[in-house]
Amino acid sequence: MQVSINVNGSSQAHDVEARTLLVHYLRESCGLTGTNVGCDSSSCGACTIHLNGEAVKSCTVFAAQADGDEVTTIEGLADGDTLHPMQQAFHECHALQCGYCTPGMVMAAVSLLDEEPNADEATVREGLEGNLCRCTGYHNIVKAVLSQSGGGQ
Amino acid sequence: MIPAAFDYKRAGSAEEALSLLGEYGDDAKLLAGGHSLIPLMKYRLASPAVLIDIGKVSDLSYVNDAGDHLAIGALTRHRDIEINELIGSQMPLLAAATRNVGDPQVRHRGTIGGAVAHGDPASDIPAAMLALRATMVIAGPSGEREVAADDFFSGFLETDLGDTEMLKEIRIAKVPDATYSFQKFNRRAQDWAIVGAAILVNNGSSGVGLVNMDSKPIRAAAVEAALNSGANAADAAAQAAEGVEPPADLNATVDYRQHLARVLTRRGLEEAGR
Repeated sequence: MQVSINVNGSSQAHDVEARTLLVHYLRESCGLTGTNVGCDSSSCGACTIHLNGEAVKSCTVFAAQADGDEVTTIEGLADGDTLHPMQQAFHECHALQCGYCTPGMVMAAVSLLDEEPNADEATVREGLEGNLCRCTGYHNIVKAVLSQSGGGQ
Repeated sequence: MIPAAFDYKRAGSAEEALSLLGEYGDDAKLLAGGHSLIPLMKYRLASPAVLIDIGKVSDLSYVNDAGDHLAIGALTRHRDIEINELIGSQMPLLAAATRNVGDPQVRHRGTIGGAVAHGDPASDIPAAMLALRATMVIAGPSGEREVAADDFFSGFLETDLGDTEMLKEIRIAKVPDATYSFQKFNRRAQDWAIVGAAILVNNGSSGVGLVNMDSKPIRAAAVEAALNSGANAADAAAQAAEGVEPPADLNATVDYRQHLARVLTRRGLEEAGR
């Protein structure tokens, strides 16, 4: 079947099987491999992208469901060579170790602060409950997100 | 994990969804947010031949004040319920239960109707439906019918919904003087409840729904009877495992679940000011 999805501001149209998951569509049809597959069962959050502006787990959405929608992946966050402020904050706070969870963690964090611009530490920790870091590097991740929150001081 | 192949149909309206259901019957499943169905399909526990996607039927996403009750469209997403002012002010137990569903990403996609129609005893929302004595409005080929939550949940992942019917709306009577608590015990933040309790304390008509304490979403009828005859929190909560048959699994034995039900019910009743 044909699906048309606006990915990172560019219109994409591909012929896919109905059972194609959005994460595989993004990685294989669009060639955007920044979005990782982790647990593949909507637990770990490595595949988090924005669907119409909100964080969702792309391993648990069919590409067909997103037909006509807007998707932003980690590749669409930076403005040219200028990192998105959340990416810059992760860089400055050393909020990544192996880096596998990072794309999903950044996408979840951006969505969280869109909804809770003044999130305090408890809100950030709870708001990232859907993203697992197997390096257990949560302390610096929370620090990075708080540095971008109006409630982080 | 890739699900088995299926035919994908997108319904533009509830009427179109019903007509597609009429055409494909039990070969088809309705797909709302997909956060219960897609995992089942990935594990190959479900392999519907046809998926009817109702995720974009936007006129089934609403929370309306209907006087003595709130009317909630079946396709209202958990996130929209979480932040809805009417729910927050008039039905805070539902807001509290909803905040416990999955994680923010899951709540951006999952819908209240999907969670209810899935009929999972380990899910938070059905327990709240029992405690709040919700009414399910079901649309089918011969019109609409209403079913009480008690009659809706009929078994493990089984409900009263027929093959050619869809859950359209959930109606919940307002209980302005009630107090509430939602208790959930799990080992990791986003996990399913090992045991949970949705508690509504209301003079003469308290409601207590239990999560993961039977093969279907179940009411703690003995606790409710004790509360309605004036028992205190400790005496009422002591009845929490009466008449229910909890499962045993890697997380908990039957005895441990019964213990948790009593403890969580007591905590909830105390938090609700009983």
